[in-house]
Amino acid sequence: MKKITVIDYNAGNIRSVLFALERLGVEPELTNDPDKISNAEKLIFPGVGEAGTTMDYLRKTHISDAISEFENPFLGICLGLQLMCRHSEEGDVGCLGIFDIDVKRFPEENGLKVPHMGWNTVICSEHPLLKGLEDLPYFYFVHSYYAEISDSTIGTTDYGLPFTSVLSNDNFMATQFHPEKSGEQGEIILNNFINL
Amino acid sequence: MVAKRIIPCLDVKDGRTVKGVNFKSLRDAGDPVELGKQYSEQGADELVFLDISATQEKRKTIAELARKVAKEINIPFTIGGGIGAVDDISVALENGADKVGINSAAVRNPDLLDKAAKAFGSQCIVLAVDAKNIDGEWIVHTAGGTMPTQKELYSWVREAENRGVGEILFTSMDHDGTKKGFAIEALLEMNQQVRIPLIASGGAGAKIHFKELFDANAADAALAASIFHFGEIPVPELKEYLKTNNVIVR
Repeated sequence: MKKITVIDYNAGNIRSVLFALERLGVEPELTNDPDKISNAEKLIFPGVGEAGTTMDYLRKTHISDAISEFENPFLGICLGLQLMCRHSEEGDVGCLGIFDIDVKRFPEENGLKVPHMGWNTVICSEHPLLKGLEDLPYFYFVHSYYAEISDSTIGTTDYGLPFTSVLSNDNFMATQFHPEKSGEQGEIILNNFINL
Repeated sequence: MVAKRIIPCLDVKDGRTVKGVNFKSLRDAGDPVELGKQYSEQGADELVFLDISATQEKRKTIAELARKVAKEINIPFTIGGGIGAVDDISVALENGADKVGINSAAVRNPDLLDKAAKAFGSQCIVLAVDAKNIDGEWIVHTAGGTMPTQKELYSWVREAENRGVGEILFTSMDHDGTKKGFAIEALLEMNQQVRIPLIASGGAGAKIHFKELFDANAADAALAASIFHFGEIPVPELKEYLKTNNVIVR
């Protein structure tokens, strides 16, 4: 049985992530204990919530240090991706800085609805996390803030402007979309992560 | 660009799927989880489960339904029907629902929308509105479309947006069950009034009705029930049709 630890911090989508892992034959461990987090084989950092309050919680509990120093495969989802960046406009808060990227709010001037909600396509680079996907796969997004394109971007999506939908740097990976809610294509990504 | 969504709606009563034609005469169409799973595999983009059971233990019923669905289904889903308090919403979300639909309770107590959006985020709060055009004015109805209210549709959805709702699910009672197409004019007007996504419901009877809705850019998503449940328009066939007609769908 592959061991996956999920970081527990009151994120809205934790139940969905746990169920998705169970469907793939994984028994996930849910914890907010920094020691257990540090010693995990693989970590998933889910996220639906507000950046400022979540960063406060992560710092107060020292989960932030455990994440920054983690050396095994790590997958951030949605807010998880944004908190792995340098700074977020949401709550004007300094984040974990794993990726040297700023997180900004989608502009409303271009007539597009914010949040960006629904299924959108991802242009994927070659990466073990993204192998086996169909051409221009669709994934499910719900977010009002986005990470800018950077050297660590391995997936991009367009919503009025191009933004980062998948990030990777060494052992750290993250998706802006919700693989746990993205049907078969999302399951492929979770499976790729489980089998890394 | 973000795809237009196709959303089958499953009315659930005492654990079984039913669909009222014009909100009356219920017909049985199976197990909600099995049906939902089938839709997900067919390429449905989202699911809506409306629990219409009359029960004293509503919260328990909602929790059970959300959990059963979330365990089996890997696309987003909304739970609605009798959501009356912040605790109901909390239970639905904790058990794996992605969004909750609030209808009558929001009309009775609009503050519920502010509280819900603040506690859980706008993205998971859907305002469900049933309305009927009476002498040229769209009047909001509650209690499954049986009770006319004092509220006018457009001002109500504007108010709901200001209170933090993230999405509107609009059912035209005039179109529901007719199979003559969606209430495009009302939806276009609503799109002028609010900036949040709109889900059109009521009136779908043929594939062309979905094309007309999306060509007019009147909604972000289309919801239907019986045409899917009874196999009149299979989801894959509808999606293929929309794709060949240049509507962006998954």
